Amino acid sequence: MPQMNMVQAINDGLRLEMRRDPRVIVMGEDVGKVGGVFRVTAGLYDEFGDDRVIDTPLSEGGIIGTAIGMALYGLVPVPEIQFADFIFPGYDQIVSELAKYRYRSGGQYPAKLVIRTPVGGGIRGGLYHSQSPESLFIHSPGLKVVCPSNPHDAKGLLLASIRDPDPVLFFEPKRIYRAAKGEVSEADYTVPLSKAAVVREGSQVTVIAWGAMLYEALEAANQAASQGIECEVLDLRTLWPLDIDTVTASVKKTGRVVVVHEAPRTCGFGGEIIALINEKAFLHLEAPPVRVTGFDTPFPYTLEMDYLPLAHRILPAIVETARY
Amino acid sequence: MTLAAVIPTKHSRNPNDVLAPGVIRVLKDDGTIDPAHDPGLTDAELVSLYTALVRIRLLDDRLVSLQRQGRIGFHIGSIGEEAAILGSTFAMRQSDWIFPCYREFGAALWRGMTLQRYIDNMFGNANDTVKGRQMPDHYTAREVHFGSISSPIGTQITQAVGFSWAAKLKADDLVAIVYFGDGATSSNEFHNGLNFAGVFKTPTIFFCRNNGWAISVPTERQTASATFAEKGDAYGIPSIRCDGNDLLAVISATREALARAVRGDGPTLIEAITYRLSGHSTSDDPKAYRQETEVEEWRRRDPIARTRRLLTARGIWTDADQTAAETAIQDEIKQAITIAEQTPLPAQSSMFEDVYAEIPWHLREQAEYLARCPRPPSKH
Repeated sequence: MPQMNMVQAINDGLRLEMRRDPRVIVMGEDVGKVGGVFRVTAGLYDEFGDDRVIDTPLSEGGIIGTAIGMALYGLVPVPEIQFADFIFPGYDQIVSELAKYRYRSGGQYPAKLVIRTPVGGGIRGGLYHSQSPESLFIHSPGLKVVCPSNPHDAKGLLLASIRDPDPVLFFEPKRIYRAAKGEVSEADYTVPLSKAAVVREGSQVTVIAWGAMLYEALEAANQAASQGIECEVLDLRTLWPLDIDTVTASVKKTGRVVVVHEAPRTCGFGGEIIALINEKAFLHLEAPPVRVTGFDTPFPYTLEMDYLPLAHRILPAIVETARY
Repeated sequence: MTLAAVIPTKHSRNPNDVLAPGVIRVLKDDGTIDPAHDPGLTDAELVSLYTALVRIRLLDDRLVSLQRQGRIGFHIGSIGEEAAILGSTFAMRQSDWIFPCYREFGAALWRGMTLQRYIDNMFGNANDTVKGRQMPDHYTAREVHFGSISSPIGTQITQAVGFSWAAKLKADDLVAIVYFGDGATSSNEFHNGLNFAGVFKTPTIFFCRNNGWAISVPTERQTASATFAEKGDAYGIPSIRCDGNDLLAVISATREALARAVRGDGPTLIEAITYRLSGHSTSDDPKAYRQETEVEEWRRRDPIARTRRLLTARGIWTDADQTAAETAIQDEIKQAITIAEQTPLPAQSSMFEDVYAEIPWHLREQAEYLARCPRPPSKH
């Protein structure tokens, strides 16, 4: 089985699906001839031509609005937003229209597409190339939000997302686009949506993470083990709808929880996860659930590594929770 | 029609704006026809269209009245703009697609959406095809190739472009017409939609109902451009201006745009010069911001009265015909309202359906919770 990084895995998935399903259209800024600024769509234009791999004008509202129209027609658009930080001109089309289309039309017009976009910091991108806006989309009923942490899941979740009947925001953690490597089958396979993965088993503290921070969580878990604390690490993979069963089962087992996310603390998705844990597993808790997150500031450039919830900040939270 | 052939005149909400050179006009005030743009309708077509116009107007008046009586919550109609909407829809083929703004119920009815379905949507009852989820006048009629209505302004423009673009990519013979008002030309999505349509040469007809007002904001505050038509020029899209209260001119202009799209020459922007005779909706009182004298000038150009004069001049419509038509229409409307008012409200559980294709765990839990709660006190 070949080794691929996340860029290659997503590229492989897109190519496979475009060969399998002639309705699939890739569109966005620089996705065609250049193959994307991160090269994720490299080679697709040469194989499928400019009727299926489309370089668009510079307009996120235009990209998403026309993609919605294509979806209504019966195509399967996979538009790319170059950085999640630039998704906001398209936010009206996503929240006002895409998320609500099935509901407001009484089911007559499902509007199905997958918006691919790089998220997250750690690449010296500053305010406008580093954000993780998942809360802003989870909070708009009707959308699904997915964030893989490794190449195998990236391809499988992408294919599952494209084949899912609902609109999906597919967040690609750019910090690990190339750093995350692993075995990825070239076959057609999917990884189910709304199914978290237990990537490390343990009985004392549940650590919940996704995207690039999964590796920080694992690193912190390893360091905690040398202090005698065994962590169970969950990779959510799909943020919404959440795999509440896996989360609850783990928390009932350990009684202690640390949630990790890059996004700003307040109204971050960690708050929602903890509220759900309180509702479903309160009597199993041995300590207050804890969040290790980015701060309520715009994403800084020079102090980026202070901002991110890296292993050196996750570890003390694990230890404190374990010893509560 | 290229920009060079159109001599711009500052749009001024004066009914005589339609007399400017380059504006397509067919029906003269005396009911006779300028042969240059005559769409050549048969008597049967004219009677059918005129009857439909009368129906739209009577329905509009009735719905305003229902709202004032508190029997429906809201209505947003098309009083004064009926010819602009009906004429353009008539010119399209049944297989083409309509992307509405929110005033185009006349188009949906013409296409074949039933009156009962429209009225059920106004009452938001259990038979409403959008299941009472939206305000009145925000229905969907996919089977007659009529899109889904939403409240945000202009979003349908970009979607119509994408839809017709998809047809072009698949080499399907289909044109999309998308409706919007003068206010929408200021929106993000007007810009995005026309820009993409121009670049990709999509088979899209942009139909701007220049009705003079965006709620209380007049056209001279909406843009510094002399006309709305000339905005097409910035996107490489040809424009047509027409007298929007002239049924035949609207048909002629739309047919020209349709022919262009069908032969692969891309999009057209049509500016139909018309007037919003009533308020923005039942929630608006236009006396607060505009002069009655202006309204009276436009009432004299009522599109339905002008069409009637044509039929009368041709000897194909009498006062007896008018009375019979009005009586039949009023009966039809009354019956539909009676049925709608007797239809129950949607089931509580329907609130949680269609958010996703399948109901996820969190919505199942929320539905179960709500089912255990007491019902709210009374209908507000």
